[in-house]
Amino acid sequence: MADVDTGGGGGGHGKHQKKRAKKLSTKLDMTPMVDLGFLLLTFFMLTTTFNKPKVIGLTPPVKDTTHKTKVDTTSLTVILSGNNKVYYYKGLLAMTSDSNNIKLTDFSDKGIRQIILNNNGFVAGLMTDLDKKHKANLITDSVYDKLKDSVEGKKQAMFVIIKTDSLAKYVNVVTMLDEMDICNIGKYSLIDASKPDIDMIRDFNQKNNIK
Amino acid sequence: MPKIKLPRSSPSIDMTPMVDLAFLLVTFFMLTTKFRPDEAVTVTIPASVSTTKIPDNVTTVSIDSAGRVFYDMDSKDVRETLITYMAGRYKIVLTAEDQQRFSIMGAFGIPMAKMKEYIEDQGAGRKILNQQTMGIPTDSTKGDELADWVNLGITADATVVANKVAAGNKDAKRSSFAIKADSKAKYKDIKRVIDICQKQGVSHFELITTVRSRPK
Repeated sequence: MADVDTGGGGGGHGKHQKKRAKKLSTKLDMTPMVDLGFLLLTFFMLTTTFNKPKVIGLTPPVKDTTHKTKVDTTSLTVILSGNNKVYYYKGLLAMTSDSNNIKLTDFSDKGIRQIILNNNGFVAGLMTDLDKKHKANLITDSVYDKLKDSVEGKKQAMFVIIKTDSLAKYVNVVTMLDEMDICNIGKYSLIDASKPDIDMIRDFNQKNNIK
Repeated sequence: MPKIKLPRSSPSIDMTPMVDLAFLLVTFFMLTTKFRPDEAVTVTIPASVSTTKIPDNVTTVSIDSAGRVFYDMDSKDVRETLITYMAGRYKIVLTAEDQQRFSIMGAFGIPMAKMKEYIEDQGAGRKILNQQTMGIPTDSTKGDELADWVNLGITADATVVANKVAAGNKDAKRSSFAIKADSKAKYKDIKRVIDICQKQGVSHFELITTVRSRPK
Protein backbone atom coordinates (compact mmCIF):
# COMPACT_ATOMS: atom_id res chain seq x y z
CA MET A 1 0.00 0.00 0.00
CA ALA A 2 0.97 3.55 -0.59
CA ASP A 3 4.42 3.05 -2.00
CA VAL A 4 6.46 5.89 -3.29
CA ASP A 5 7.75 4.89 -6.68
CA THR A 6 11.13 6.46 -7.13
CA GLY A 7 11.67 4.74 -10.40
CA GLY A 8 14.73 3.07 -8.96
CA GLY A 9 16.26 0.15 -10.74
CA GLY A 10 15.85 1.52 -14.21
CA GLY A 11 18.82 2.63 -16.35
CA GLY A 12 22.24 3.74 -15.26
CA HIS A 13 23.94 0.41 -15.51
CA GLY A 14 26.96 1.69 -17.34
CA LYS A 15 30.15 -0.34 -17.52
CA HIS A 16 32.23 2.27 -15.81
CA GLN A 17 29.87 2.58 -12.91
CA LYS A 18 31.32 3.38 -9.56
CA LYS A 19 30.39 1.46 -6.52
CA ARG A 20 26.63 1.88 -6.13
CA ALA A 21 25.14 3.22 -2.95
CA LYS A 22 23.18 0.69 -1.06
CA LYS A 23 19.65 0.68 -2.35
CA LEU A 24 17.23 2.04 0.22
CA SER A 25 13.79 0.64 0.56
CA THR A 26 11.26 2.70 -1.27
CA LYS A 27 8.50 1.74 1.12
CA LEU A 28 7.39 4.54 3.39
CA ASP A 29 5.96 3.77 6.77
CA MET A 30 2.65 5.58 6.78
CA THR A 31 1.50 4.42 10.21
CA PRO A 32 2.17 7.71 12.07
CA MET A 33 0.38 9.71 9.41
CA VAL A 34 -2.63 7.45 9.51
CA ASP A 35 -2.61 7.60 13.30
CA LEU A 36 -2.66 11.36 13.17
CA GLY A 37 -5.39 11.25 10.58
CA PHE A 38 -7.61 9.21 12.82
CA LEU A 39 -6.80 11.40 15.80
CA LEU A 40 -7.95 14.47 13.89
CA LEU A 41 -10.99 12.62 12.66
CA THR A 42 -11.98 11.74 16.21
CA PHE A 43 -11.37 15.28 17.39
CA PHE A 44 -13.51 16.90 14.73
CA MET A 45 -16.24 14.32 15.08
CA LEU A 46 -16.49 14.93 18.79
CA THR A 47 -16.34 18.71 18.66
CA THR A 48 -18.74 19.25 15.79
CA THR A 49 -22.27 19.95 16.89
CA PHE A 50 -24.82 19.42 14.21
CA ASN A 51 -27.95 20.22 16.12
CA LYS A 52 -28.63 23.87 16.49
CA PRO A 53 -30.46 25.04 19.59
CA LYS A 54 -34.22 25.16 19.41
CA VAL A 55 -36.40 28.17 20.04
CA ILE A 56 -39.77 29.04 21.51
CA GLY A 57 -41.43 31.91 19.71
CA LEU A 58 -42.83 34.61 21.96
CA THR A 59 -44.85 37.61 20.93
CA PRO A 60 -45.50 39.55 24.11
CA PRO A 61 -48.53 41.83 24.21
CA VAL A 62 -47.93 45.51 23.67
CA LYS A 63 -48.14 47.31 26.97
CA ASP A 64 -50.90 49.82 26.50
CA THR A 65 -53.62 47.51 25.24
CA THR A 66 -56.24 46.91 27.88
CA HIS A 67 -56.93 43.28 28.46
CA LYS A 68 -60.34 42.28 27.20
CA THR A 69 -61.71 39.32 29.01
CA LYS A 70 -64.22 37.09 27.36
CA VAL A 71 -66.76 35.62 29.72
CA ASP A 72 -67.54 32.64 27.53
CA THR A 73 -63.98 31.35 27.74
CA THR A 74 -62.92 29.08 30.56
CA SER A 75 -59.77 30.52 31.95
CA LEU A 76 -57.07 29.64 34.40
CA THR A 77 -54.72 32.10 36.01
CA VAL A 78 -51.27 30.84 36.90
CA ILE A 79 -48.87 32.90 38.98
CA LEU A 80 -45.20 31.93 38.91
CA SER A 81 -43.18 32.78 41.96
CA GLY A 82 -39.77 32.08 43.49
CA ASN A 83 -38.59 28.59 44.51
CA ASN A 84 -40.44 27.01 41.56
CA LYS A 85 -43.78 27.66 43.23
CA VAL A 86 -46.85 27.81 41.02
CA TYR A 87 -50.04 29.36 42.33
CA TYR A 88 -53.20 29.04 40.34
CA TYR A 89 -56.86 29.80 40.46
CA LYS A 90 -59.73 29.26 38.09
CA GLY A 91 -61.10 32.22 36.29
CA LEU A 92 -59.83 35.74 36.23
CA LEU A 93 -58.71 38.03 38.99
CA ALA A 94 -62.00 39.95 39.37
CA MET A 95 -63.93 36.77 40.06
CA THR A 96 -61.61 35.49 42.75
CA SER A 97 -60.07 38.18 44.86
CA ASP A 98 -60.17 35.84 47.82
CA SER A 99 -57.06 33.96 48.85
CA ASN A 100 -59.15 30.87 49.63
CA ASN A 101 -59.48 30.22 45.92
CA ILE A 102 -55.74 30.07 45.36
CA LYS A 103 -53.98 26.75 45.23
CA LEU A 104 -50.31 25.88 45.17
CA THR A 105 -48.60 23.37 42.92
CA ASP A 106 -45.26 22.81 41.18
CA PHE A 107 -43.71 21.94 37.83
CA SER A 108 -43.63 18.16 38.29
CA ASP A 109 -45.55 15.81 35.98
CA LYS A 110 -48.39 15.63 38.47
CA GLY A 111 -48.30 19.35 39.06
CA ILE A 112 -49.49 22.19 36.89
CA ARG A 113 -49.62 20.02 33.77
CA GLN A 114 -52.23 17.73 35.30
CA ILE A 115 -54.26 20.70 36.45
CA ILE A 116 -54.29 22.25 33.00
CA LEU A 117 -55.18 18.96 31.34
CA ASN A 118 -57.95 18.26 33.85
CA ASN A 119 -59.51 21.63 33.24
CA ASN A 120 -59.20 21.47 29.50
CA GLY A 121 -61.17 18.30 28.73
CA PHE A 122 -62.72 19.76 25.61
CA VAL A 123 -59.42 20.18 23.80
CA ALA A 124 -57.95 16.99 25.26
CA GLY A 125 -60.84 14.95 23.83
CA LEU A 126 -60.50 16.41 20.36
CA MET A 127 -56.71 16.11 20.44
CA THR A 128 -56.71 12.39 21.30
CA ASP A 129 -58.79 11.73 18.18
CA LEU A 130 -56.50 13.91 16.13
CA ASP A 131 -53.34 12.30 17.52
CA LYS A 132 -54.72 8.84 16.73
CA LYS A 133 -55.41 9.82 13.14
CA HIS A 134 -51.98 11.40 12.86
CA LYS A 135 -50.25 8.31 14.23
CA ALA A 136 -52.13 6.05 11.82
CA ASN A 137 -50.93 8.32 8.98
CA LEU A 138 -54.47 9.17 7.97
CA ILE A 139 -53.61 12.85 7.87
CA THR A 140 -50.44 14.62 6.81
CA ASP A 141 -48.31 16.77 9.11
CA SER A 142 -49.52 20.03 7.62
CA VAL A 143 -53.18 19.04 7.91
CA TYR A 144 -52.52 17.93 11.48
CA ASP A 145 -50.96 21.27 12.37
CA LYS A 146 -53.88 23.15 10.85
CA LEU A 147 -56.49 21.06 12.66
CA LYS A 148 -54.53 21.35 15.89
CA ASP A 149 -54.49 25.14 15.60
CA SER A 150 -58.20 25.23 14.97
CA VAL A 151 -58.92 22.98 17.96
CA GLU A 152 -56.72 25.08 20.22
CA GLY A 153 -58.36 28.27 19.02
CA LYS A 154 -61.93 27.10 19.64
CA LYS A 155 -64.23 29.08 21.91
CA GLN A 156 -64.45 26.28 24.45
CA ALA A 157 -60.68 25.88 24.68
CA MET A 158 -59.13 27.12 27.87
CA PHE A 159 -57.38 30.44 28.10
CA VAL A 160 -54.36 30.52 30.39
CA ILE A 161 -53.07 33.71 31.92
CA ILE A 162 -49.48 33.34 33.07
CA LYS A 163 -48.45 35.93 35.59
CA THR A 164 -45.02 36.42 37.04
CA ASP A 165 -43.99 38.13 40.23
CA SER A 166 -40.60 39.65 40.93
CA LEU A 167 -39.16 36.39 42.28
CA ALA A 168 -39.95 34.20 39.28
CA LYS A 169 -36.97 32.74 37.46
CA TYR A 170 -36.57 32.65 33.70
CA VAL A 171 -36.58 28.86 33.69
CA ASN A 172 -40.04 28.91 35.31
CA VAL A 173 -41.41 31.03 32.49
CA VAL A 174 -39.86 28.84 29.81
CA THR A 175 -41.16 25.69 31.51
CA MET A 176 -44.61 27.22 31.71
CA LEU A 177 -44.57 28.21 28.02
CA ASP A 178 -43.40 24.69 27.31
CA GLU A 179 -46.36 23.28 29.25
CA MET A 180 -48.62 25.35 26.98
CA ASP A 181 -47.10 23.44 24.07
CA ILE A 182 -47.36 20.06 25.82
CA CYS A 183 -50.94 20.62 26.97
CA ASN A 184 -52.10 21.99 23.61
CA ILE A 185 -53.03 25.41 24.92
CA GLY A 186 -53.22 27.80 22.01
CA LYS A 187 -54.52 30.77 23.90
CA TYR A 188 -52.35 32.17 26.63
CA SER A 189 -50.81 35.43 27.64
CA LEU A 190 -47.81 36.32 29.70
CA ILE A 191 -48.16 39.33 31.98
CA ASP A 192 -46.90 40.74 35.27
CA ALA A 193 -48.73 39.84 38.44
CA SER A 194 -50.87 42.72 39.65
CA LYS A 195 -50.99 44.12 43.16
CA PRO A 196 -54.15 42.16 44.18
CA ASP A 197 -52.51 38.95 42.95
CA ILE A 198 -49.42 39.52 45.05
CA ASP A 199 -51.56 40.40 48.08
CA MET A 200 -53.55 37.21 47.63
CA ILE A 201 -50.40 35.13 47.49
CA ARG A 202 -49.09 36.78 50.62
CA ASP A 203 -52.36 36.05 52.40
CA PHE A 204 -52.25 32.47 51.23
CA ASN A 205 -48.67 32.01 52.35
CA GLN A 206 -49.41 33.42 55.79
CA LYS A 207 -52.43 31.21 56.25
CA ASN A 208 -50.57 28.07 55.24
CA ASN A 209 -47.24 28.90 56.76
CA ILE A 210 -45.36 28.86 53.47
CA LYS A 211 -42.18 30.79 53.21
CA MET B 1 -3.95 -38.69 -4.37
CA PRO B 2 -1.85 -35.73 -3.54
CA LYS B 3 -3.38 -33.17 -1.28
CA ILE B 4 -4.42 -29.99 -2.95
CA LYS B 5 -2.48 -27.16 -1.45
CA LEU B 6 -4.49 -24.03 -1.16
CA PRO B 7 -2.41 -20.97 -1.88
CA ARG B 8 -1.92 -19.30 1.44
CA SER B 9 -3.35 -15.79 1.36
CA SER B 10 -1.31 -12.96 2.72
CA PRO B 11 -2.36 -11.91 6.24
CA SER B 12 -1.93 -8.25 5.51
CA ILE B 13 -4.99 -6.37 4.35
CA ASP B 14 -4.96 -3.47 1.99
CA MET B 15 -5.90 -0.53 4.17
CA THR B 16 -5.84 2.09 1.43
CA PRO B 17 -9.63 2.49 1.08
CA MET B 18 -10.07 2.82 4.81
CA VAL B 19 -7.37 5.44 5.12
CA ASP B 20 -8.80 7.26 2.12
CA LEU B 21 -12.18 7.36 3.78
CA ALA B 22 -10.70 8.51 7.06
CA PHE B 23 -8.97 11.42 5.41
CA LEU B 24 -12.08 12.28 3.47
CA LEU B 25 -13.96 12.50 6.75
CA VAL B 26 -11.19 14.55 8.35
CA THR B 27 -11.42 17.00 5.48
CA PHE B 28 -15.18 17.13 5.75
CA PHE B 29 -15.20 17.80 9.47
CA MET B 30 -12.40 20.33 9.20
CA LEU B 31 -14.29 22.28 6.57
CA THR B 32 -17.67 22.14 8.24
CA THR B 33 -16.50 22.98 11.75
CA LYS B 34 -17.02 26.59 12.65
CA PHE B 35 -14.98 27.66 15.61
CA ARG B 36 -16.83 30.05 17.79
CA PRO B 37 -15.01 33.01 19.25
CA ASP B 38 -14.46 32.90 22.98
CA GLU B 39 -17.83 33.36 24.63
CA ALA B 40 -17.96 36.53 26.65
CA VAL B 41 -20.48 35.01 28.99
CA THR B 42 -21.56 31.54 29.97
CA VAL B 43 -25.27 31.02 29.90
CA THR B 44 -27.02 27.79 30.87
CA ILE B 45 -30.13 27.80 28.76
CA PRO B 46 -33.33 26.09 29.87
CA ALA B 47 -34.83 23.11 28.03
CA SER B 48 -38.06 22.87 26.08
CA VAL B 49 -39.86 20.35 23.88
CA SER B 50 -39.97 22.85 21.01
CA THR B 51 -38.75 21.55 17.66
CA THR B 52 -38.45 24.91 15.94
CA LYS B 53 -34.89 25.53 14.82
CA ILE B 54 -33.17 28.81 15.46
CA PRO B 55 -33.24 31.06 12.36
CA ASP B 56 -29.97 31.53 10.48
CA ASN B 57 -29.48 35.21 11.03
CA VAL B 58 -30.20 36.34 14.56
CA THR B 59 -29.54 39.24 16.85
CA THR B 60 -29.04 37.75 20.29
CA VAL B 61 -29.44 39.43 23.63
CA SER B 62 -27.90 37.23 26.33
CA ILE B 63 -28.73 37.59 29.98
CA ASP B 64 -26.62 35.71 32.49
CA SER B 65 -27.64 34.47 35.94
CA ALA B 66 -26.63 37.76 37.53
CA GLY B 67 -28.80 39.72 35.11
CA ARG B 68 -25.94 41.15 33.05
CA VAL B 69 -26.93 41.93 29.48
CA PHE B 70 -24.81 41.03 26.44
CA TYR B 71 -25.48 41.81 22.81
CA ASP B 72 -24.50 39.90 19.69
CA MET B 73 -25.24 39.95 15.99
CA ASP B 74 -24.54 37.16 13.53
CA SER B 75 -24.01 39.18 10.39
CA LYS B 76 -20.49 40.56 9.98
CA ASP B 77 -21.57 43.29 7.56
CA VAL B 78 -24.29 44.55 9.87
CA ARG B 79 -21.89 44.64 12.81
CA GLU B 80 -19.46 46.76 10.84
CA THR B 81 -22.19 49.25 10.00
CA LEU B 82 -23.59 49.15 13.53
CA ILE B 83 -20.32 50.05 15.24
CA THR B 84 -19.89 53.12 13.04
CA TYR B 85 -23.39 54.28 14.03
CA MET B 86 -22.73 53.61 17.71
CA ALA B 87 -19.33 55.30 17.62
CA GLY B 88 -21.03 58.30 16.01
CA ARG B 89 -23.74 58.49 18.66
CA TYR B 90 -21.35 58.15 21.59
CA LYS B 91 -18.65 60.29 19.96
CA ILE B 92 -15.95 57.63 20.07
CA VAL B 93 -13.18 57.59 17.51
CA LEU B 94 -12.52 54.13 16.15
CA THR B 95 -9.99 53.17 13.51
CA ALA B 96 -10.91 51.03 10.51
CA GLU B 97 -9.03 48.21 12.19
CA ASP B 98 -11.15 48.57 15.33
CA GLN B 99 -14.29 48.31 13.24
CA GLN B 100 -12.96 45.22 11.54
CA ARG B 101 -12.15 43.66 14.91
CA PHE B 102 -15.57 44.51 16.25
CA SER B 103 -17.21 42.84 13.26
CA ILE B 104 -15.66 39.47 14.06
CA MET B 105 -15.84 39.38 17.83
CA GLY B 106 -18.61 37.53 19.63
CA ALA B 107 -21.11 38.72 22.19
CA PHE B 108 -20.10 41.70 24.29
CA GLY B 109 -21.46 43.37 27.39
CA ILE B 110 -19.42 46.51 27.68
CA PRO B 111 -20.57 50.07 28.21
CA MET B 112 -19.65 52.32 25.29
CA ALA B 113 -17.18 54.22 27.48
CA LYS B 114 -14.97 51.14 27.59
CA MET B 115 -15.70 49.86 24.10
CA LYS B 116 -12.48 51.09 22.46
CA GLU B 117 -10.35 49.54 25.16
CA TYR B 118 -12.33 46.31 24.85
CA ILE B 119 -11.98 46.08 21.09
CA GLU B 120 -8.28 46.82 21.10
CA ASP B 121 -7.32 44.37 23.81
CA GLN B 122 -7.69 40.94 22.33
CA GLY B 123 -5.84 39.04 25.01
CA ALA B 124 -6.17 38.68 28.75
CA GLY B 125 -7.48 42.22 29.17
CA ARG B 126 -10.66 41.40 27.33
CA LYS B 127 -11.29 38.41 29.56
CA ILE B 128 -10.84 40.55 32.65
CA LEU B 129 -13.21 43.18 31.23
CA ASN B 130 -15.75 40.45 30.55
CA GLN B 131 -15.56 39.32 34.15
CA GLN B 132 -15.70 42.78 35.64
CA THR B 133 -18.37 44.27 33.44
CA MET B 134 -21.90 44.84 34.68
CA GLY B 135 -23.20 44.20 31.17
CA ILE B 136 -24.64 46.69 28.77
CA PRO B 137 -26.35 49.45 30.77
CA THR B 138 -30.14 49.14 30.60
CA ASP B 139 -31.10 51.65 33.24
CA SER B 140 -32.93 54.50 31.58
CA THR B 141 -31.89 56.96 34.26
CA LYS B 142 -28.17 56.32 33.72
CA GLY B 143 -28.27 56.05 29.96
CA ASP B 144 -29.98 53.11 28.36
CA GLU B 145 -27.29 51.85 25.97
CA LEU B 146 -29.13 48.63 25.13
CA ALA B 147 -31.94 50.68 23.57
CA ASP B 148 -29.34 52.34 21.31
CA TRP B 149 -27.78 49.01 20.36
CA VAL B 150 -31.17 47.59 19.48
CA ASN B 151 -32.38 50.72 17.73
CA LEU B 152 -29.22 51.24 15.65
CA GLY B 153 -28.90 47.48 15.16
CA ILE B 154 -32.27 47.46 13.45
CA THR B 155 -31.31 50.48 11.35
CA ALA B 156 -27.95 48.94 10.38
CA ASP B 157 -29.62 45.63 9.57
CA ALA B 158 -32.22 47.35 7.39
CA THR B 159 -29.55 49.36 5.55
CA VAL B 160 -27.31 46.38 4.89
CA VAL B 161 -30.18 44.18 3.74
CA ALA B 162 -31.53 46.96 1.50
CA ASN B 163 -28.07 47.36 -0.07
CA LYS B 164 -27.78 43.63 -0.62
CA VAL B 165 -31.21 43.44 -2.23
CA ALA B 166 -30.31 46.42 -4.43
CA ALA B 167 -27.13 44.58 -5.44
CA GLY B 168 -29.22 41.67 -6.62
CA ASN B 169 -29.05 39.34 -3.63
CA LYS B 170 -32.69 38.42 -3.25
CA ASP B 171 -32.07 35.99 -0.38
CA ALA B 172 -30.90 38.71 2.00
CA LYS B 173 -33.11 38.60 5.06
CA ARG B 174 -33.60 40.77 8.08
CA SER B 175 -32.29 39.38 11.30
CA SER B 176 -34.60 37.78 13.86
CA PHE B 177 -34.49 38.67 17.51
CA ALA B 178 -33.41 36.00 19.97
CA ILE B 179 -33.14 35.97 23.74
CA LYS B 180 -30.61 33.68 25.31
CA ALA B 181 -31.06 33.83 29.03
CA ASP B 182 -29.72 31.76 31.88
CA SER B 183 -32.18 29.45 33.62
CA LYS B 184 -31.40 31.08 36.93
CA ALA B 185 -31.85 34.62 35.70
CA LYS B 186 -34.74 36.50 37.26
CA TYR B 187 -37.63 36.85 34.88
CA LYS B 188 -37.99 40.53 35.69
CA ASP B 189 -34.52 41.10 34.20
CA ILE B 190 -35.60 39.40 30.98
CA LYS B 191 -38.85 41.32 31.07
CA ARG B 192 -36.90 44.58 31.25
CA VAL B 193 -34.89 43.61 28.18
CA ILE B 194 -38.06 42.60 26.33
CA ASP B 195 -39.68 45.92 27.22
CA ILE B 196 -36.67 47.86 25.94
CA CYS B 197 -36.69 45.91 22.68
CA GLN B 198 -40.43 46.32 22.30
CA LYS B 199 -40.04 50.07 22.60
CA GLN B 200 -37.61 49.91 19.68
CA GLY B 201 -40.18 48.10 17.59
CA VAL B 202 -39.25 44.45 18.10
CA SER B 203 -42.46 42.48 18.37
CA HIS B 204 -41.40 38.85 18.16
CA PHE B 205 -38.73 37.09 20.21
CA GLU B 206 -37.18 33.67 19.93
CA LEU B 207 -36.32 32.22 23.33
CA ILE B 208 -33.30 29.97 22.85
CA THR B 209 -33.58 26.60 24.57
CA THR B 210 -32.04 23.15 24.45
CA VAL B 211 -34.03 20.08 23.60
CA ARG B 212 -35.76 17.78 26.04
CA SER B 213 -38.03 14.89 25.20
CA ARG B 214 -41.76 15.40 25.13
CA PRO B 215 -43.46 13.78 28.13
CA LYS B 216 -46.29 11.36 27.50
